[in-house]
Amino acid sequence: MSYVIEGQTGQWEIVVGLEVHAQVVSHSKLFSGASTTFGGDPNTQVSLVDAAFPGMLPVINHACVAQAIRTGLGLNAQINLTSRFDRKNYFYADLPQGYQISQFEHPIVGTGTITIELANGETRSIGITRLHLEQDAGKLLHDQDPTKSFVDLNRAGVALMEIVSEPDIRAPEEAGAYLRKLRQILRYLGTCDGNMEEGSMRADVNVSVRKAGEPFRTRCEIKNVNSIRFVMQAIEAEAARQVEIWENGGTVDQETRLFDHTKGETRTMRSKEDAHDYRYFPDPDLLPLVLEQSWVDSLHAALPELPDAKRARFQQEYGITFYDAGVLVAEQAVADYYETVARGRDGKLAVSWVTGDLFAALNRTSTTIETSPVSAASLGKMLDLIADSTINGKIAKEVFEDMVETGEDPEASWNARACGR
Amino acid sequence: MLEAMAGFDERDSTSSSRPVPAFHKAVGKSVKGLRVGIPTEYRAPGLPEDVLAMWEQGIAWLREAGCEVVDVSLPHTRYGLTSYYIIAPAECSSNLARYDGIRFGKRVDGASLDAVYEASRAAGFGPEVRSRILMGTYVLSAGYYDAYYLKAQKVRTLIRRDFEQAFENVDVLLTPTAPSAAFAQGENQNDPVQMYLNDIFTVPASLAGIPGLSVPVGLNGSGLPLGLQVLGRHFDEETVLSVGGALEAAAGFAHRPTLHAGAGA
Repeated sequence: MSYVIEGQTGQWEIVVGLEVHAQVVSHSKLFSGASTTFGGDPNTQVSLVDAAFPGMLPVINHACVAQAIRTGLGLNAQINLTSRFDRKNYFYADLPQGYQISQFEHPIVGTGTITIELANGETRSIGITRLHLEQDAGKLLHDQDPTKSFVDLNRAGVALMEIVSEPDIRAPEEAGAYLRKLRQILRYLGTCDGNMEEGSMRADVNVSVRKAGEPFRTRCEIKNVNSIRFVMQAIEAEAARQVEIWENGGTVDQETRLFDHTKGETRTMRSKEDAHDYRYFPDPDLLPLVLEQSWVDSLHAALPELPDAKRARFQQEYGITFYDAGVLVAEQAVADYYETVARGRDGKLAVSWVTGDLFAALNRTSTTIETSPVSAASLGKMLDLIADSTINGKIAKEVFEDMVETGEDPEASWNARACGR
Repeated sequence: MLEAMAGFDERDSTSSSRPVPAFHKAVGKSVKGLRVGIPTEYRAPGLPEDVLAMWEQGIAWLREAGCEVVDVSLPHTRYGLTSYYIIAPAECSSNLARYDGIRFGKRVDGASLDAVYEASRAAGFGPEVRSRILMGTYVLSAGYYDAYYLKAQKVRTLIRRDFEQAFENVDVLLTPTAPSAAFAQGENQNDPVQMYLNDIFTVPASLAGIPGLSVPVGLNGSGLPLGLQVLGRHFDEETVLSVGGALEAAAGFAHRPTLHAGAGA
């Protein structure tokens, strides 16, 4: 059953599109050689280009372009062999150039798709409109001095990918599923760490409501939402607000809003009248970005196996369910762990140990798959002991707990147990 | 100096990786057999007699040096100045945005960030710069971009094509540098259009991205210097310098300027 809002005048459907800003994983910035490491002391990772010193010119970072192409390929999207950088002009204290270098008319990546899965097991395809490269701005620090604000330019010039979806999303749950899936793909590709708390992935949410079958009504944009949960809450709150306005005979104004998660409501940030006129025009300091098809092809050939493909292969190769395969591929490290355990063994038995006893143990010992006390190789050996009937299922549970405790391999645990008896 | 400055710069994405020729060797090279184009559109009505006469003199000098002189047409020349005064201020409005009083430029305090910007930029820039920023902001604004900036860029392409076609038949073009002799310091200050019109002959080359050279060749009746401009193909500075060298040799121009000419020097 799709998501509807029950209004006084009937049912309303919501229409949502997402613009995700994903910070590119790269050593240096989009147009300068300064470092991109998170958490450096303020203004220690700033080149003369980032600080907009007069006469300094931008030079494109090849590695960031490669990351954008790889992301585009991972989103099954069209790669535009010719794209262009434009200047987006506006004044703000965190923007030393007075403009952001972005891609407006000719983005590097065109249309693509993401397949999302919902709780009821249904899948839906969400269209990607485009992906473009742009510079991040600096950061203002307001809490250092009672009367002054300070500017930290470490982030200024770091490469962002803006990934824009079609207005295909029809429920808060779908928005959440879209963001999780996008984050998963970015992490598999290694093009963005997807860390929303550190701000390396943030979302602008476009929301409107309509009666079934109607054309789109006016939308509002909720800026800079920094967690998946808040995105879902913001959509609910904003859609409810719009329904109320329409039902009371009012009109929703196109505007930019902010989500206040403590109050669970959105409020006006700037209205259409105050909207910036960004005066985009092609950056005369940069040539059009022209890509060789052969380079795109070689990046394509070197892409890692992505979640959807891995999931299908796990199902087929290891005879496990669609659901279990989904749990395993959610994180690449888990998928790798599972595959080490399952290769050449009973895949179904492997999945029940990994998603059952192992996950429980990780939880209990506050460790992650990367820091697991039981290595994949050890768990595999334990499955061998079960397979050759050295131990039975009940003993295996005990051996496994010893392994969690001691970090020893299963033979050692089993021997210790056998001798102790 | 040009030889030292020219060439690829890895920190400038717009620089060319072509090898830099030995420009100094081009000066003094024979110009015999070169074809020199005279753009008919530059014979603008109202062009002063002394400027015209100097142009004719230049043509005569080059003929004597063995050049063949032919008329050529650059039909979009008349749109050059207007296009330039759309594109250049547009870029200028954006390039000068960094002088906002925060990191660069004079800072004047205000009650809000916007107030600081307004006061700082009003105080820091002179009237001509302010006027260009305003023009540039206007032509890039929503609703005006297509009519001004985009159209000017299209005209720019047509102007470049004019030159490329002309250079299929000739090696260089010869024109006056300016439509009048130099005006005095302070003169024309209140007439920006007059000031802009003075660039009418030099601006098309800048729009087309071709090399140009201005050679001082003589004085007018009031003792003010007059120059001739040599324009060449993209990346063909050498031929331009050879022709410039021939003009310099023929003119034997050795005058030195006196400051404040015409303004009570």
